[in-house]
Amino acid sequence: MTLLAVRDLSLRIGPTPILSDVTFDIATGEVFGLVGESGSGKSMTALALMGLLPGTARTEGQAHFGDIDLLAQDDAAMTRLRGRDVGMIFQEPMTALNPMKTIGDQVAETLLIHRAASRADARRVAREKLERVGLPPDRFPLSLYPHELSGGQRQRVAIAMAIALRPRLLIADEPTTALDVTTQAQILDLLQGLVRDEGLALLLITHDLAVVAGMARHVAVMQHGRIVETGPVERIFRAPGKDYTRQLLAASDHRPARKPQMPTSNPQALLSVDNAVREYVLPRPSAFAAHPRLRAVDGVSLAIRPGESLGLVGESGCGKSTLTRAILGLDALQGGTIRLGGAPVIAGRSMSPTLRARVQAVFQDPYGSFNPRHRVDRLVAEPFHLIGLPPDAEDRIAAALEEVGLSAADRHKYIHEFSGGQRQRIAIARALIIRPDLIVLDEAVSALDVRVRAQVLDLLARLQESHGLAYLFISHDLSVVRAVTDRVLVMQSGRIVEAGETARVFASPEHPYTRRLIAAAPTIPDAWKEHAHAD
Amino acid sequence: MRLSLHLGLALTLAALLAAGVSLLWTPYDPAALSIAEKLRPPSAAHWFGTDHFGRDIAAMLMAGARTSIAVALVAVGIGMGLGVPLGLLAAARHGGMADEVVMRGNDLIFAFPSLVIAILITAVFGPSAFNAILAIGIFNIPVFARVARGGALSLWTLDFIRAAEVAGKGAVRISAEHILPNISNLLIVQGTIQFSLGILAEAGLSYVGLGAQPPTPSWGRMLAEAQTMVTLAPHVAIFPGLAIVLTVFGLNLLGDGLRDRLDPRLRARA
Repeated sequence: MTLLAVRDLSLRIGPTPILSDVTFDIATGEVFGLVGESGSGKSMTALALMGLLPGTARTEGQAHFGDIDLLAQDDAAMTRLRGRDVGMIFQEPMTALNPMKTIGDQVAETLLIHRAASRADARRVAREKLERVGLPPDRFPLSLYPHELSGGQRQRVAIAMAIALRPRLLIADEPTTALDVTTQAQILDLLQGLVRDEGLALLLITHDLAVVAGMARHVAVMQHGRIVETGPVERIFRAPGKDYTRQLLAASDHRPARKPQMPTSNPQALLSVDNAVREYVLPRPSAFAAHPRLRAVDGVSLAIRPGESLGLVGESGCGKSTLTRAILGLDALQGGTIRLGGAPVIAGRSMSPTLRARVQAVFQDPYGSFNPRHRVDRLVAEPFHLIGLPPDAEDRIAAALEEVGLSAADRHKYIHEFSGGQRQRIAIARALIIRPDLIVLDEAVSALDVRVRAQVLDLLARLQESHGLAYLFISHDLSVVRAVTDRVLVMQSGRIVEAGETARVFASPEHPYTRRLIAAAPTIPDAWKEHAHAD
Repeated sequence: MRLSLHLGLALTLAALLAAGVSLLWTPYDPAALSIAEKLRPPSAAHWFGTDHFGRDIAAMLMAGARTSIAVALVAVGIGMGLGVPLGLLAAARHGGMADEVVMRGNDLIFAFPSLVIAILITAVFGPSAFNAILAIGIFNIPVFARVARGGALSLWTLDFIRAAEVAGKGAVRISAEHILPNISNLLIVQGTIQFSLGILAEAGLSYVGLGAQPPTPSWGRMLAEAQTMVTLAPHVAIFPGLAIVLTVFGLNLLGDGLRDRLDPRLRARA
């Protein structure tokens, strides 16, 4: 039975068209996936359905929800509807809850606002719902505040709020994008269980095709505010009818063509980390207690050979970033050594600039990686600080930009004139310009859309081959690490728990944590892919 | 929003213009006494009338603008010149000893009521425009240090600072090259607000006789001298009062307008 029938939904904000002729149906008790790249209009569709658009927005079309049209309701009617008939959860669990209210009050609030229960009843229902989302009363009393919970637990509270009044439709906008892979698996499980047990329909908005493959029955693919293709998930994945869908699917598990480096081919290590320890001093728990210490990196050893790609995977808080800062010579170690081509890496001025120049880095955030007030030539030339400005600096800036697929003329532009993918190319140009031996890629493709990500991965593979670069590829995304690295290290709570050739680790993981990570990562079933690729 | 920026700019420019023109020309000599002409109401000859010594109020206001603006400007300069580097240092050494020393020093200055300390300084070193500048300037230091530190701290978490570190740049260089240009908006806005507070503080100090000394004209002292004859000749008090109010009002509007204009977060929302 159709629960929500969206017909020809079009949306303009001011003069800008955002959505055009969006049409899809969601049946009672099903998971409907809405996928697309950033800016495709996924979230705007959800906000339009919820009546949460900015004041200058104009919608056309209908969205039949039972016997009412969601797009024709006034504000007061939508306010009664939101939370009661349609619930919503958002991407960022850190900001979705009010930090000043207890979790019990926040879940109960939904009921109280809709006058669905007395204060005492509301708290009882809040208790039930929190238990339903996996927060049992003995460990998670109603009196907890959001800061006492982890990201995954907060997302559970947000879900409890959304389902408190047993809505018939739940809209989840990238509900697991900000979460670690094992937490993501748990939240997706929970959502699936809710759909099954409570009979609600779930509109799951995501950029991740693998998540949709594992969750949804029907899927709609969006691009530029239009629905490109819609239908049952398996049919769309096995036999995509449109080029765009095919490109998305191909990009989502893209493997750049690269020559694997045999571990035995070059035994001399470029970078060797030996028993590294990095501790942080935490604030005293009470006035006279000793400062407790947090061991973020706990006896880590690793080696990278010239021209090799080494992957480092682990969830947030495992110590990846701390280790990276030590390798880049930005933070001092409390124990162990890091050597680069035989010379010690030390934080501070005592490390020679020529040694520093052998390692460069590309960071995650394409928007925060550049000083917005400098032009591209100045941004790209920044590492020349280490080796002195060469006489042919201008030529080298131009060459570096061309090498990453941009034009030499781009050097006179400011960074806001570039897209996320182009910015990441500029970041790579900046790292390349002084010809380092090793580039640390710290989640360098995590913020990119799949098609752009595939292009950047190709670029990295090409540059590695032409320059003989070694990469330290740090990521939480297992599929990317699997596609581009020779060897991989798995890090948990400051320790390397498993190391080995990438193919071997993924095929037969030895450590239970590695197994858990691999099992939790959403994947598109191989059977669907083979069929699709054979087409 | 637009209107406030333009109105603020107009009022500020008017005050600056009056001060600038007074260097070359005033309708009368602001220090020339003429007892026969005393307490004349506004007229064609004396636009804003004359005071109890027969001095031309328009001329005194123009010359007084010079004093007020000079004192406030130099005080803001002292605050920015010392406060911003201290704030940048605190941010660069966040959580370290330098941060602690700078911020606790700030707290110490903040802990004293500014006017009381200004009175203390001028009482100890003698009342003069220079000591007024010093007193007001010292209280600008922690304000700019905090603004600079706050802005800098959020920038230090960004990846482009990390990239600069990887390029081997030290904290001083990063602060000058990457942090300072990106917090200049904040500093300009805070500067206009401190400027208006400086004018107010100068007027206050002069009012209690601790600012610029006669014959240097000053808005605050004009008010003080006028207060005994407010019922007799209200214009003597009204015009310097208006000058202070309009200038401070204008600078505040300018500060608000600039903030809306320069802050990209607010601009995006508009």
